Order: sequence, then C-alpha cells, then structure tokens
Amino acid sequence: MSIVQPINPAMPAAPAAPAADAQHAPVRFEIRYRQYLAPDGSALGALPEAAQREDLLVPIYKAMVLTRLFDAKAVSLQRTGQLGTYPSSLGQEAVTVGLASAMAPEDVLFPTYREHGALHWRGVTMEEMLLYWSGDERGLDWKGPRQDFPPAIPIATQTLHAAGAATAFTVRGEPRVAVSVLGDGATSKGDFYEAMNVAGVWRLPVVFVINNNQWAISVPRGAQTSAETLAQKAIAGGLPAEQVDGNDAIAVHVAVSEAVERARSGGGAGVVEALTYRLSDHTTADDATRYRTEAEVSAMWKRDPVARLRTWIGAQGWWDKDREEELIDGTKKRIDKAIAEAAKVAPQPASSITDFLYRDPSGLDTDRRSGDAGGLADG
Amino acid sequence: MVETTIVGAVNMALHRAMEDDPDVVVLGEDIAVNGGVFRATEGLVDRFGADRVRDTPLAETMIGGLCVGMAAQGLKPVAEIQFLGFIWPAMDHIVNHASRLRNRTRGRLSCPMVIRAPMGAGIHAPEHHSESVEAIFAHVPGLRVVIPSSPQHAYGLLLASIRDPDPVLFLEPARLYRAVKQEVEDNGEALPLGRSFVLREGHDLTLVTWGAMVRETMRVADALAGDGISAEVIDIATISPFDADTVLRSVERTGRCVIVHEAARTSGFGAEIAARLADRGLTSLMAPVERVTGPDAIVPLPAMENHYIPTEASIREAALRAVAYQ
Repeated sequence: MSIVQPINPAMPAAPAAPAADAQHAPVRFEIRYRQYLAPDGSALGALPEAAQREDLLVPIYKAMVLTRLFDAKAVSLQRTGQLGTYPSSLGQEAVTVGLASAMAPEDVLFPTYREHGALHWRGVTMEEMLLYWSGDERGLDWKGPRQDFPPAIPIATQTLHAAGAATAFTVRGEPRVAVSVLGDGATSKGDFYEAMNVAGVWRLPVVFVINNNQWAISVPRGAQTSAETLAQKAIAGGLPAEQVDGNDAIAVHVAVSEAVERARSGGGAGVVEALTYRLSDHTTADDATRYRTEAEVSAMWKRDPVARLRTWIGAQGWWDKDREEELIDGTKKRIDKAIAEAAKVAPQPASSITDFLYRDPSGLDTDRRSGDAGGLADG
Repeated sequence: MVETTIVGAVNMALHRAMEDDPDVVVLGEDIAVNGGVFRATEGLVDRFGADRVRDTPLAETMIGGLCVGMAAQGLKPVAEIQFLGFIWPAMDHIVNHASRLRNRTRGRLSCPMVIRAPMGAGIHAPEHHSESVEAIFAHVPGLRVVIPSSPQHAYGLLLASIRDPDPVLFLEPARLYRAVKQEVEDNGEALPLGRSFVLREGHDLTLVTWGAMVRETMRVADALAGDGISAEVIDIATISPFDADTVLRSVERTGRCVIVHEAARTSGFGAEIAARLADRGLTSLMAPVERVTGPDAIVPLPAMENHYIPTEASIREAALRAVAYQ
C-alpha cells in the first residue's frame, strides 16, 4: 500500500498567482511512503508479489535472525575484551538484509560500518567479520563479494565511491548497479549531495539507500536537518526518491529492487530512505542513555522488524515454533563455530604494516619502512 | 621526435595512455570541450569520446571520490584538479581512501588512479592558484607524489604514473608549462617512479631540487661552472616514496649540499632530505646543509610573488657559502 505524504505541509500555500503565469508557477513535489505490513505483521492493503514468495522471505527472515544473534554475540565478545569497538545493527535488520536481497551478485555494495546483515547476505563470512572487528585487516580481504567495498568508516564518502563504480559500469556498458548505504547523519555531508548530483547528471546506475535510524550517535534526526524527509534531498539532484518503512522487510526489498532494476535498465540513479530505529547504542563505546530516554527505545521495540516478518511468514504457513527453535539453535551454533575459527587465526607478521602500502613495496627504503618501531622490513 | 613544452608533453602522454589502454578515463573540470584551462587535455574528447573524457560537475570532493570508485573497479582514472590550491576538498578521498584501500583490504581492492594538478607560483594568477604543498602529500603513506621538471620527464613520468598500480599525485610546475621546450619522442616509454635523476654531474657540491626550481638551479650550476665550481644537480622527481640513496651517494662524494624548493621552509620536503643526510650522511658532510626555500608565508598575490619564489642569487649565495665552509 502506498501512502502519498505531502512534503512540508507547514509551507505556505502557493501564492494566488494566475495559473497561466508560468514564471510564477510554484514547484511542487511529493515523497511517496511505502509500507506493506503493519507493526503487528498484518497486511495493510494490496501486497506486492514479493510478499507471497516463501523462497525470498524465509531466507530474508533467517538472515535477519542471524544478524540479530551475531550482533548480540559480538557485543558480548567486546564486553569481555575479545573484540574491538563494535557497532550493533539491532533494530535495523530489515533495512540491511532487505537492501542486500534486492541486489544481484554482480552488483557492488558500498556499506557503512553497520551493515553486517547486508555483508552476510552478500557472502561475507562471520569469521571474516569477526576478524575485522577484532582489529585485523585480513577480515576485509573477504572471499565472497570480492568487489564489494569494505565498510566506510568516514561518513558519506562511500556515496561517491559508488558513483565512481557506477561510472565504470557506464563506461564499460555493464548492466550492473552500485548500491551505497548511508545513515541519516551522512545526508548532511557534501559528499552525499555531490554524489546525487553527479549520479543525476550522468544518469549513473547507482542507488543510495538512506538507513535513517534516527540517531547520528547522539544527534537526533530532527537536529540534523529541517528538511521534512531525507529522501527529498534527492529531488535537487534530479533523482527519484521515496521513503519506506525500514522495519518492513518486504517494503525495503521491493523499494530497493525497483530502484536497482530501474538503474540497471538505464533509468538512472535513485534514493530510498528507509525509516528505522537504532535500538542499540551507537557502538560498544557509546552510552545512549546519555541522550535518549528508555521510554523512546521501548516504544520502538513495538516496531521490531524481526517479529513483524516472523508474524507474516507464520501467517502464510511458512514458519512455526519448531522451525524458529531450530533456527535459533542452529544459528547460535554457527556463530560459536565462527568465533572459534576466527580465534584460531594467527596474528599477522609485523611486516604486514608496510607490506600492503603499494603493490610493490620494495621501493620503500629502510627508513620509510622501519619508523621508530625498527626492523619491520625484516619482520 | 617533436619539440614540445611540458604542457604539450602531458597532452602527448595522455593521448598515448588512452590509446594504449581502454581503461584510462580522463575527468575533471573544463577538461573535455575546453581542453583544460591550461589546454593539457586538448583534443582528447574528439579522439576518445565523451564517455572516456568527462567534464565533471564543479566539485572537487566528488572528483576525488569518483576516482576511488572508478579505480577500484579497474578503470584508470586520470583526474585534473584545476589548481593545486583547490585540492583540499578531495583530501578525504585521497588520504582516507585512495591511499588506504589496498592496505585495508590486504590487496583485494586498489586504486590505480592519477590526480594531476598544476602547482607553484609565478603565473600571475589570483589567490589559491600558486601553492606548493607537495610536502603535505609526502606525509601520506600509500600515495606516490611525482613532480616533473621538463617535457621529457612530464611525458615519461606521467605514463609511469598512469601505469602504476597505486594512486599517484602528479604535480605539474605551472610556471614551466610553456617556458621550456625539449625534443620528446612519443614512443610510449615510461620513466621510473621512485627514482631521482642526476641532471648534471659535479664534484664540489650537490644541489637538490625538483619541479619549477630545477630551472633556476640548473642556471646557477651553469654559472658556478664559470667560477670553477662543479655542482651536481639532482632532480628528486618522486617526492614520495623518495629515493634517498641518490642524494646520499652524491653527498658522499661532494660533502656539501644545498636543497632548493619553492614551498615554505618549515616542514618542507627539504627538511626530510636534510634529516636523511643527518641520519645517514653525517660523516660525509663537510658543511652545514643549506636550504633555499620560500618563506614560511602564504603565497602572496602576483604583485609580490617574485619576493616569494627563491631567486638564482639566493641559490648561488647558499652554494658559495657551502663550498667556502671550512
């Protein structure tokens, strides 16, 4: 079901200029808001074909559960000193898995640091993710989606890298799409505007998915911009955009799929703003009670994306209590196995600090390679 | 063999690189139809088409970011930043991404890209058009910083930079763009990166420089020869990673060294060269290492820029001091 949400209703009505006066005709726009399932998992109206696909929704549900359990385990590993600072994606599982499920394998993902579900869906293993978050670059040398970018730690930079990759697809005439994820805070950065602008004017096959989790560390969405939606920022770049309920996995999947296929078929770039909520702290180094209330967080738990999809697939007869228990049990075992495997990986040699600066690091003289640590070149 | 300028040699190398490799894509502001504000990219769009020769929107951050994404996808973007003073918006992408992508993915992804920019004063341009800030980039691991000083170097080093598998900042001395001519053979032969060039052999002292200051330094060496002083002149050419050995070997023979650069003195790249001499060449030195540099000042507007750029007289004085030192 689609709801047309007028933008900025507080804006004064268009002046009573004669309609024929083209020079004074007001520019109007609207942003569509898409949601198929109510928070209680019931259908809101006419559903897309994807809602009836067991082969799609059950794997999405399983990946969302894995993401949630992996996050919980990663946070507990960090608390016991076995993992570095870690950004949980609790509450955002439908966005991260949903957007990845809309991509073809040959497409390229440009994730933020909070897209564990998307990485998992694309084929990055839990061992690799654990290796990276434990502080080892080899975790980013993943064996699965070789061309996917590693998570962008600086904000919004990946939007331009995605536009660059999309330029490469255009130059080569390849029917591939770059998908860049960014947060609500990232929409304040110039990189995002510049990326949308060039994506529009060069008609690039790139899709920007705004994972609007309402909080950029401690700064709420409302303090980020006075724009009524983040999606509407796309209009200035000449791109189509819409909002979706980011806790409705079906809506995320369908909206991103439409944008991806439009881009693939030469229709140019698009923006999808997925409205969700970060139920966790920003990272394990953060304490969200400093800036938001427990009441706000509890209220958002009522919109839990995992429960919503579980209700839906249960109602279709694709899921039940036994399968749920089996999934939870099996997933926990897989996570424990991944943790054990990651723990077995021997540390890198000290020389690895300079071995990968250039393809041929031999030109680096001894001074350059050793620094004050001494002897790395010999390590 | 054609006689050409530095800007002509850059243009020739771009044509050659695009001809040889369909992955080479040139992009930047005003580089296609207009051929670049210095005409370095003239003719490329007619020859190779608008897909591979792209006028970009006016946004330097975007140019840096696009290059990272294009390069990681296997293209070889060669971007022009119109003047070095306008490179700062792209720094995030150069420092945080282009220079790090290979390292952080352990070689899975890399950024074979070139950013070209004219550098230096002496072209009577407005503010922000005359900077010499190469040392800032020399501090960035994973990046190569290359500065040609002649048409032959411009041709050979630009080809090498485009073929290099890692990101290269290619800084062109704007003051020399059309000031020096040389025979250049368009034979597709690259010059090595990471190696300094001995432009003139000598045994009484070593003059070390790069970029636009090569011209004044060579003139001083010529004049010193008339005074019976034999000066060796080394063009560093690749500022980072830099070839210290060529300088050290020369100073082992001459015992005296004058470093000449246009950039501000403090933390200029000359300081690094002097430090290497202090570390590994101290016993060869028979005189203090001299530096002839721009002052620690913002490059002045054109009316005063001749007071900023080191002069032949100041290079000569430093050379004579170094030679006379007992």
